[in-house]
Amino acid sequence: MAKMMYRDAVVSTIAEEMARDPNVVVLGEDVVGGMGTPGGPEAIGGIWSTSTGLFGKFGADRVIDTPISESAIIGAAAGLALSGKRPVAELMFADFIGVSLDQIWNQLAKFRYMFGGKTRCPAVIRMAYGAGYNAAAQHSQAVHQILTGMPGLKVVMPTTPADVKGLLRTAIRDDDPVIFLEHKALYGVSGEVPDDPDFMIPFGHARLSRAGQDVTIVSTGLLLGFCEAVADRLAAEGIGCDVIDLRTTSPLDEEAILDSVEVTGRLIVVDEAPPRCSLASDICALVSEKAFASLKAPPLGVNPPHTPIPFARELETAYLPSIDKIEAAVRKVLSYR
Amino acid sequence: MQLSREALLRAYRQMKLIREFEERLHVDIQTGEIAGFTHLYCGQEAVAVGVCEHLSVEDKIVSTHRGHGHCLAKGCDVDGMMAEIWGSREGLCKGKGGSMHIADFDQGMLGANGIVGAGAPIAVGAGIACKIDGKGHVAITFSGDGACNQGTTFEAMNMAVVTKASCIFVFENNHYSEHTGFDYAVGTQLDIASRAEAFGMKVWRGDGTDFFSVFETMREVLDYVRVPGNGPAAVEFDTERFFGHFEGDPQRYRGPGELDRIRETRDCIKKFRASVTGAGLLSHEDIDAVDAEVLAAIENATAKAKAAARPTAEDVLTDVYISY
Ligand SMILES: Cc1ncc(C[n+]2csc(CCOP(=O)(O)OP(=O)(O)O)c2C)c(N)n1
Ligand SMILES: [Mg+2]
Repeated sequence: MAKMMYRDAVVSTIAEEMARDPNVVVLGEDVVGGMGTPGGPEAIGGIWSTSTGLFGKFGADRVIDTPISESAIIGAAAGLALSGKRPVAELMFADFIGVSLDQIWNQLAKFRYMFGGKTRCPAVIRMAYGAGYNAAAQHSQAVHQILTGMPGLKVVMPTTPADVKGLLRTAIRDDDPVIFLEHKALYGVSGEVPDDPDFMIPFGHARLSRAGQDVTIVSTGLLLGFCEAVADRLAAEGIGCDVIDLRTTSPLDEEAILDSVEVTGRLIVVDEAPPRCSLASDICALVSEKAFASLKAPPLGVNPPHTPIPFARELETAYLPSIDKIEAAVRKVLSYR
Repeated sequence: MQLSREALLRAYRQMKLIREFEERLHVDIQTGEIAGFTHLYCGQEAVAVGVCEHLSVEDKIVSTHRGHGHCLAKGCDVDGMMAEIWGSREGLCKGKGGSMHIADFDQGMLGANGIVGAGAPIAVGAGIACKIDGKGHVAITFSGDGACNQGTTFEAMNMAVVTKASCIFVFENNHYSEHTGFDYAVGTQLDIASRAEAFGMKVWRGDGTDFFSVFETMREVLDYVRVPGNGPAAVEFDTERFFGHFEGDPQRYRGPGELDRIRETRDCIKKFRASVTGAGLLSHEDIDAVDAEVLAAIENATAKAKAAARPTAEDVLTDVYISY
C-alpha cells in the first residue's frame, strides 16, 4: 500500500497504463501546459495537475495538448477509439460537456449498438466536476444526472484515491466509452492505494463504507464523506447506518442497495445534482419498485434545489446538501414507525 | 481626428478605473476573502476603452471570463461590480454570478461568460436584432486568442456573414490561452484576423496596448458596420495580460523578465500619459488628478463591498420560476 492523493492516483494510473499499452493516448487542454510559450512544454501543467509528467515520459504523439475546442477533443477521442487507440480525453471542467455533447451522446455512446456491434469504442472521458470552489453556475456542476441517463455510456464517480486507481484502470482497459467523473474538491484528499499493477475494481460494484441496521444511505463523491459523518454522529446514539458508495452510476449495483434496504427498510439517497430525474429519484423509484415489502418509510432523496449553482459562499453552502440536511433526512425516515 | 480635452480625460479615467479596480482585487484576493476564480484584465484596458468609448447604451457587448474591463468600459456601476465580486447581495447580480458572470442590460452589457467561445453566437443574435431595428446600432463580441479556436466562434463568424448581422468580432490577442502559447494553439500562425477574412469579413488590426490605435481603428470599423446592409466585421488587437491567467497562477510559462518588460514597454496607461503630455493635450497635473479621484473611487467601492449585506440561504430561491 502507498499513501497518495486522489489527483496523484489519476496521474499515476494513466502513466502505468500508458507504459503498459502503447495504444493509450491522452488529449486535452493544457494536459502538457506551456506549449508554444517561452517556458516551454510542461512549464506548468493543467490546473488540476492530473497529467503532470506524462508528456516528458511519453512524448507529443501520445500526450496531445489541444486548443480550446471541446467538441473536437471528444470527436477526436471517438476517432482515435475507432482506429485502434485507447484515448483518455480530459475536459477541464465537467460543465464543458455542454460544448461537446453531440460527440459524447450521438457519437461515441452510440457506435457499438448503432453499427450493429461491428465496433467497440474504448474511450475514457475524464472531467472535473462538482461544487465547493465558489466557481459559480458554469464551473461547479455535477453532470452524472445527464450522462447516466444516456444508453451507451459507463459512468464512474470515484470517492477515494484507491477507487480512482482501481476504477480508472478498469476504465482504460474497458472496450466501451467510459465517463470518469473526478470531484474537484477531492483532488487533494489522501488515502491508501494498493501497489498491485493490475489492481482493478469492476464496474457496478458498490463499496460499503459504514455498516448499520437502521437506515441505508446511498451516495458517492464529495457528499459520501458527509454521509459518513452523519453515520458516525448517529452511531453515538445507537442508530446504525449502512453507507453505500456507488462508485459507478452506470452500471448500477442494484443488489447492494436492495440487500441493504431489505434489512434497514429505510433509504436516503444523497445526490449533488438537482432533484428532478436525478440519481436520487431514480434509486428511490428502484427501491419502491423492487423492495416495496421491506420499506418502513418512504425513500427520500437529498438534493440541491432545482436552480443553477449560485456564486457567493453563503449561497453555495446553502445550495449543497450538508451534514445537517442529511442528518435531518435520516431522522425523518426514522420517524416513521 | 483630435479628441476633446473632456474626451481624453474620460478615456483615461476609464482605463485607469479598470487598472486600479484590478490592482486592488489582486491585493484583496490574497487575503482569501474573495471567493471563486478571478481573471484580471490588467494590461488590456486600451482595448475595452478604445472600443466602448464609441458606443451608446443601445449598442450591445458580450464579454468573456476576463470581463471586468469590458463591464466597466461599457458603464457598469463600479460599486455594484465590486460588491458582486465580493459575493454581496447588493452586487450587480445579487452575488449569484460573481466575477465571471457580471451583466448589466441597462448598459447594453449582455454578460460576461464562463464558457470560452459562448459569447460570439450570442453577439450574432444581438447583431441580427440591431440589423432588424435598423437604427445603426451594433453588437460586439470580445474573444481571446484561445476562444478563437472554438467551433462556436467559427459558426458565429459564418452565420454573421450570411445573415449580415450588425456584429463586430473583437479579438484580443494577449498571446496566451491559460498556460498555452498563441503560436502553438492557433494554426493560422500569423494572426486571428485572417480567419475572419476567410469567412468573408472585412478585417482591421490594431495595437491593443495603445488607446489611440484602438480608438481610431474602431472608428473605421464602426463607420462600416453601422451602415445597414454592410454586415459584420472583425478586428484583432495585439495586447498583453499583466497578471496570471487567474489569480493564483504561478505563470511559469512566461519568459525571464517578460512581465517587467511588458509592464515597462507595453503599458497602455503609461503610453497614454506620455503621448498626451508630450503633445501638450493634457498636463501631468490633469492626469494626477484623475489618478487620485479613481483611487478614491476604488477605495470607496471596496469599503462598500466589504460592508454590504451578505446573501442568505433564502436568496438561493429568488429568481427561480420553477420549483420542486
Ligand atoms: C468551454 C471552455 N473551455 C475551457 C475553459 C477553461 N478556460 C477558461 S479561460 C481559458 C483560456 C482562454 O484563453 P483566451 O480566449 O485567449 O482568453 P484570455 O484568458 O487570454 O483572456 C480556458 C482554457 C472554459 N472556461 N470554457
Ligand atoms: Mg488569450
